[in-house]
Amino acid sequence: MSGTQDFANFVEDSADFIEVERYEFDEGSAYRFAFDRREFMKVFGGGIALIIPLSNAFAQEGRPPGGESGRGAASQRTPNEIGAWIHIDEDGGITVFTGKVEMGQNIRTSLAQAVAEELRVPVSMIRLVMGDTDLTPFDAGTFGSRTTPTMAPQLRKAAAAAREVLIDLAAQQWNVDRGSVRIVNARFVNHDTTKSLTFADVAKGQKLVKVIPENATTTPAKDWTIAGTSVPKVNGRDLVTGKHRYASDVKLPGMLYGKVVRPAGFNATLVSADTKAAEAMPGVTVVRDGNFIGVAAPDQQTATRAANAIAVDWKTPGQPSNAELFDLLRKPAAEGRGRGGEGGGGGSRPQGSIADGLAAADKKLEQTYTVAYIAHTPLEPRAAVAEWKDGKLTVWTGTQRPFGVRSELMEAFRLSEDKVRVIMPDTGSGYGGKHTGECAIEAARLARAAGKPVKLVWTREEEFTWAYFRPAGVIDIKSGVKNDGAITAWEFHNYNSGNSGIQSKYDIPNQNIQFHASQSPLRQGSYRGLAATANHFARETHIDELAHSLNLDPLAFRLKNIKDERMRAVLEAAAKTFGWGQTKLASGHGVGLACGFEKGGYLATCAEVAVERPQPKANDKGAMAGGKVKIVRVVEAFECGAVVNPVHLQNQIEGAITMAIGGAMFEAIQFENGKILNSRFSRYRVPRFSDAPAIEVVLVDRKDLPSAGAGETPIVGLAPAVGNAIFNATGVRLRSLPLVPKELTT
Amino acid sequence: MSKVTALNVNGKKLQVDADSETSLLSVLRNDLDLTGSKYGCGEGQCGACTVLLDGQPTRSCITAVGRAAGKQVTTIEGLEKDGRLHPVQEAFLKADAMQCAYCTSGMIMSGVALLNKNSRPSKEEIVRSMDGNVCRCGTYQRIVAAIELASGASKEVAK
Repeated sequence: MSGTQDFANFVEDSADFIEVERYEFDEGSAYRFAFDRREFMKVFGGGIALIIPLSNAFAQEGRPPGGESGRGAASQRTPNEIGAWIHIDEDGGITVFTGKVEMGQNIRTSLAQAVAEELRVPVSMIRLVMGDTDLTPFDAGTFGSRTTPTMAPQLRKAAAAAREVLIDLAAQQWNVDRGSVRIVNARFVNHDTTKSLTFADVAKGQKLVKVIPENATTTPAKDWTIAGTSVPKVNGRDLVTGKHRYASDVKLPGMLYGKVVRPAGFNATLVSADTKAAEAMPGVTVVRDGNFIGVAAPDQQTATRAANAIAVDWKTPGQPSNAELFDLLRKPAAEGRGRGGEGGGGGSRPQGSIADGLAAADKKLEQTYTVAYIAHTPLEPRAAVAEWKDGKLTVWTGTQRPFGVRSELMEAFRLSEDKVRVIMPDTGSGYGGKHTGECAIEAARLARAAGKPVKLVWTREEEFTWAYFRPAGVIDIKSGVKNDGAITAWEFHNYNSGNSGIQSKYDIPNQNIQFHASQSPLRQGSYRGLAATANHFARETHIDELAHSLNLDPLAFRLKNIKDERMRAVLEAAAKTFGWGQTKLASGHGVGLACGFEKGGYLATCAEVAVERPQPKANDKGAMAGGKVKIVRVVEAFECGAVVNPVHLQNQIEGAITMAIGGAMFEAIQFENGKILNSRFSRYRVPRFSDAPAIEVVLVDRKDLPSAGAGETPIVGLAPAVGNAIFNATGVRLRSLPLVPKELTT
Repeated sequence: MSKVTALNVNGKKLQVDADSETSLLSVLRNDLDLTGSKYGCGEGQCGACTVLLDGQPTRSCITAVGRAAGKQVTTIEGLEKDGRLHPVQEAFLKADAMQCAYCTSGMIMSGVALLNKNSRPSKEEIVRSMDGNVCRCGTYQRIVAAIELASGASKEVAK
């Protein structure tokens, strides 16, 4: 099984598996056709609908990165395609429809803030319908920190246009000049406030569909009164009382519980299965279809018993394990592999000449950095409830791509678009890990066979094993620097982990930065921040090494090589709050610094660690074995343009830093021959209360700049800052993530 | 296999019909439709399923329903009284101590159990007591602040 030949076969075969979610590949269909306005009012009955054409909504997208903007669907989108809409119904209810989804990043609140602002009403009057493929406009998915920079401004435009339409209608009702009508406290008032109308008064009897003009003007950030403030979560009460229904909480009449019989390893084929015992159980349906084998039963316990009663023989090819990982990743991918989205391979065009840059350098440095595969482990695992009714399939599922999952279902069951509906109840987090529809397809397959709705909730082990991972990677850096601190050469090769964050804000005359797609032995895909974590870890560790090689202060060294004002501002802000260079450190403590830029956000992170080592040994390669590292304090300065909700932004940044501790310190997927060895929380350590340092967030609010998303980028600074702090404390340089895997055993 | 036919949940005696070995979490969620308690790991490692059994914090995913028979079971749905939130629930809202909130029920139940035993825990005591509860969104310092707020140790959330 594990012979060399089998192994080689596996590698060859795996070249055929191009995972669509890899590097957030998100190409839409080539054509989408004009909508029919009459259709619209059929849905709503009456009131006023404000429609945002998609050409506006996604004008800023410019995907995919790497220079090929406007490829495929993006350039062929018709102006009549819809990005989002707002509906004011005849009783004055205001509903926003968007294909974006909520998974903890707080856009249900921040988008409501944007709309409330422009309509001059309290946030409580706004209802958001999100991620329901029958009700909301098409959306490629919620990823890439795109909601705040693209969806929020478009909803603002729609709301601003809605306000103007409503003011016109109010003015007509009173037969006065529209200039004398204002909205005050959610009521339309005339010039001397002697008359007033509610939203219901104005919308009653209307049947209006308006397309938002390109030039709709919105309130500038400096004049915001609702956005820019810390509005509490709009559905907070449902969340603290347990009332909110996640996909795994959905219950339908007559619903059965599903369970899938999983293969013995990856890439296995089903040879034979004895399902007699399971089929004999009352109420149990067994489905065997190709490589899929699963059961549906009246209750969860019976489903598990039935699945366990099926004797299955799988044929599993020999596959690589952790030990071979980094050698394997250096092998180039087969042709055609890694296409799409950000995984396109290559990199930027080289600048200058590396040879010249190295020749001009006083010091040269060449190092290799690695990152492990890690799992998202959203606390709510994949879950789906599927129901077939009159030939139409409806699935409630936790996903970042409801429309993508709809397409997967259409393909799996050969259904047309109108025969599939995907509903996404706000989910128990995603972090880039819920792009795919496996669980939805499995639940739907079981439901079709059983003739009843089926709920399927993946176990934690299934989520660890059958989802996908953050890509592992190898990064080689070769650099040169002059004694005065000027970096002269920068050659950077990233194998497999990806392109995100591969470019930096360092001003280096000679650069060659490349990404190389590899043959990943494990299924891999998006993870919060994508490869920006790996690329920042390697770059910012290397920068620290260069600074130390010249005996320069790491902050001063960075500032010497960075002209970008926004980057300098966050570096200076973080250093000031942290007291960089000011604090006297306790014995065994060290401090480290890192900075970065990605997806429109700038950050600088300072960390203080305490290292307990029984006997420090020089030249000790496994230096942290038996040692203990505690992150004591983190300061992160973050700038993403105009801040929309300070408390929620702060919460996102704190959360990203805390999540980053896992990948930085101890998270790593262990695998061997097609199996995951640590597919449980008891074997895969995630950050807990006792790991969380004191975190101080410094928000740099730039009201003069458009708001960028912030769900991802704050995660990238922690690992290098901590690695650099460990070096500062111990003199030991760690170049692999996780930094301290041995911590698991101490 | 013996059966459990009744459970005391949130002050009410409820009829059930479950094998005593079935997990308490499964009975609460699937039979009684009390879905506030969550499945997160099935091995008592994440705390999302935490309920109180006679006031003691209990991982309902690894607790056989037979063990809950005759005891008072309190779930997240039982904290609100006459439309008024429990102080720990209020404090979670004030401290914005959640993101996706899937861990929140378990966090709140664990926090309530801690405060019932120790009305003014120190920060270290909160961390030690809550360390078995996982928040993947990483809102730990806000949860600590919320519990301090509910204990009266702080009047408002710092910052």
